[in-house]
Amino acid sequence: MRKATKVRIAVLLAAAVAIEIACRAGIIKPYSMIPPTQMLVSLVKLFTTSGAVADMKQTLSAVVIALTSALIVGFVVGAVLHAVPRLRRIVDPLLATYYSVPIFVFYPVFIVAFGLNAIPKTVIGFLYALVAVVINTLNGLDRVPVVLWKTAKAHQLGKVSTAIHIVFPCAAPYLFTGVKLAIAYAFIGVIGSEFILSSGGLGYRISFAYNNFQTDVMYGLMLFVLSVVITVNMALYVWERRLMKRRGER
Amino acid sequence: MSDSLVVAKNVTRVFRSSGGMTDVHALGPVDLTLDNGEFFTVVGPSGCGKSTLLEIISGLSEATDGEVWFDGARVRQAVPPGVGIVFQEDASFPWLTVWENIAFGLKRKGVEAREISRLVDNALRLTGLRSFATAYPAQLSGGMRQRVCIARILVLEPRLILLDEPFGALDQQTRLIMGDELLKLWRETGATILLITHALDEATMLSDRVGVMSARPGRFLDVVTTGWKRDRDSRVVSDPEFGKITSHLWSLLRGESIKAISDQT
Amino acid sequence: MSTAIAAFRPTLGRMADIVLLVGALLGLWQIVHEFAGAIAMTAPLDTFRYTLKLVATADFWPHVYRTGTAFALALLIAATFGLLIGAILGFHRLSGEVAEPILVALYSIPKVTLYPIILMFFGLGLVAEVAFGALHGIVPITLFTTNAVRNIRPVFIKTARSFGLGPWDLARTILFPAALPEIFTGLRVGFAVTLIGTLISEMFGSKRGLGFLLMNALGVNNVDLIMALTLLLVTFAAVTNSVFMAIEHRIYRRA
Repeated sequence: MRKATKVRIAVLLAAAVAIEIACRAGIIKPYSMIPPTQMLVSLVKLFTTSGAVADMKQTLSAVVIALTSALIVGFVVGAVLHAVPRLRRIVDPLLATYYSVPIFVFYPVFIVAFGLNAIPKTVIGFLYALVAVVINTLNGLDRVPVVLWKTAKAHQLGKVSTAIHIVFPCAAPYLFTGVKLAIAYAFIGVIGSEFILSSGGLGYRISFAYNNFQTDVMYGLMLFVLSVVITVNMALYVWERRLMKRRGER
Repeated sequence: MSDSLVVAKNVTRVFRSSGGMTDVHALGPVDLTLDNGEFFTVVGPSGCGKSTLLEIISGLSEATDGEVWFDGARVRQAVPPGVGIVFQEDASFPWLTVWENIAFGLKRKGVEAREISRLVDNALRLTGLRSFATAYPAQLSGGMRQRVCIARILVLEPRLILLDEPFGALDQQTRLIMGDELLKLWRETGATILLITHALDEATMLSDRVGVMSARPGRFLDVVTTGWKRDRDSRVVSDPEFGKITSHLWSLLRGESIKAISDQT
Repeated sequence: MSTAIAAFRPTLGRMADIVLLVGALLGLWQIVHEFAGAIAMTAPLDTFRYTLKLVATADFWPHVYRTGTAFALALLIAATFGLLIGAILGFHRLSGEVAEPILVALYSIPKVTLYPIILMFFGLGLVAEVAFGALHGIVPITLFTTNAVRNIRPVFIKTARSFGLGPWDLARTILFPAALPEIFTGLRVGFAVTLIGTLISEMFGSKRGLGFLLMNALGVNNVDLIMALTLLLVTFAAVTNSVFMAIEHRIYRRA
């Protein structure tokens, strides 16, 4: 294990221990934060609470739907924009400014349009993830060197065969970056929306717990959400690094 | 001549431009005939259209005027089977191992696994890549990646091999070694080779005939026959004829190169 | 990223393209309005009219000031600490390596899940909003600054030493210009996400500010107001980002 990793683990552990001691000793008041170990206990208890499990399912299903649609639509749009440069030039400013816009401000609009159910937050998650997929698809396709298009012709490959055997494998690591970001953004979109206003889901459950002074439950839920999201993101990040390294690219 | 593998007649390439700029007359008219099994090199100043000529002969692009025949059949906007191309840039697939790279063309053609194994192993042997079969291109040097590209087309047993400045990115000594290896492969496969290079010594050393191209629009000023015997290698540099041929090439090219450079400024 | 920068070469053709894009978006909006009806979504023209009315209303501006104040403070904190910490992490390799994955992780989580912690410590109010906004902004600013400093080519430092430059001159004439482009990108991203964070905190629990106004409008089903506010916020974000990018393009060109 590299030195930086060891230091990092040590730092995080030390921070967790420090918080634990501070909480137990009363330096941090229990109405502000509970000790990390207590958070863990609360997390485990969640799985026996039917309400929490239902929320987990709700959030997860919204994330999956948002993600899948963003990937499908995103890849297609990316491919189309790459094939029609004129269209791409027109849409470019939209892609460039997209993530500076607070997409959450559209949440009320969607609630008015669809009602307070699972649809608005799924749409937000979809919108959040979509453009990351488009941008990275474009990037991946851009990076297929001209010489490989020529090589395809030299092997008498048709359009479909070229796409499958050359374009896709070549662009894959960058497409994967799009997937990685889409997953992170889908979670952010869905859980953020649930937190602001919702009738169910993990984000909602956290805000509910906050509003009702259920500190234990709240921290348990927060720990759960953070653990899941961080683990998933980390795993994808490591996988992405490995894909890139094999190519000799950073 | 019925022993001609490639016949190019009157090949011209004009790049039509849009929006008020003049057309670029890049190449020709060029006539070229390649005999079966010969090693022909084209030299010329930069920008003279050598690569364009190669792409037209290969079928990668189409001539504005003139015709190309490969093995008796007209060459149009497609690369005919039996033609192998090695590009100047590294075209190895970074996502496949050396072995998988070489097997690529065979797999696309649906050759059965055992035959693929045999052919790939043979190509690995011929190009000296046996011990790197499971490596990825990113782990190899530039010269070795070019060998992978060469092996990838060799395995398809092409009758015509086109090489567009394949050793351009390599240092001088590696070039000399690669040149020798290319000659070995040429003899073992009996293929016809068309090589593009800007290095005159390389052209003289390797070829049966050398075509000298003028500055843009490229036309053949002269085609020089070296007269080397078939089993030659880089040691042909010590032959007195070597110096004569190379200086003849340079005397033809010098004026053209100056023209080409001043054209660009 | 190069796509983004390239998008801001101001030429006549570019302007025409942007007009086309905006036109297409407005057209799309109009179509959705036809489809969904005025109860679900106001038409573009009506929204513009309402926005003008809104801006003329006295009651509107206290909310703008509230959001603006929270945002400005959050951005100030995020930028100051982000640049400082980023520079330190950039110069001190080990710290940079240790901290980077933590920051990246922080960047990619739904930060709303951390909001309750802030609320627990600061209570509901301006301080919490500023803290939350700053939390959003500090992450990209730090990351970009770290990278910018780390990527200063060693040859620049060698050149400076060969001229006998002292540390202050080195920083001023070489390090800063060399790192500026990427730092600027970090500030641009930081600006955008700080705004997002500030608005989210207001949307969740606040008695004043544009975020609050938005959720309040939702509560009384004032669709016109919802759309007007959305339009204003989106336009503000898009325009400021575009201005940043235009400046950024010029900085990168000189680099």
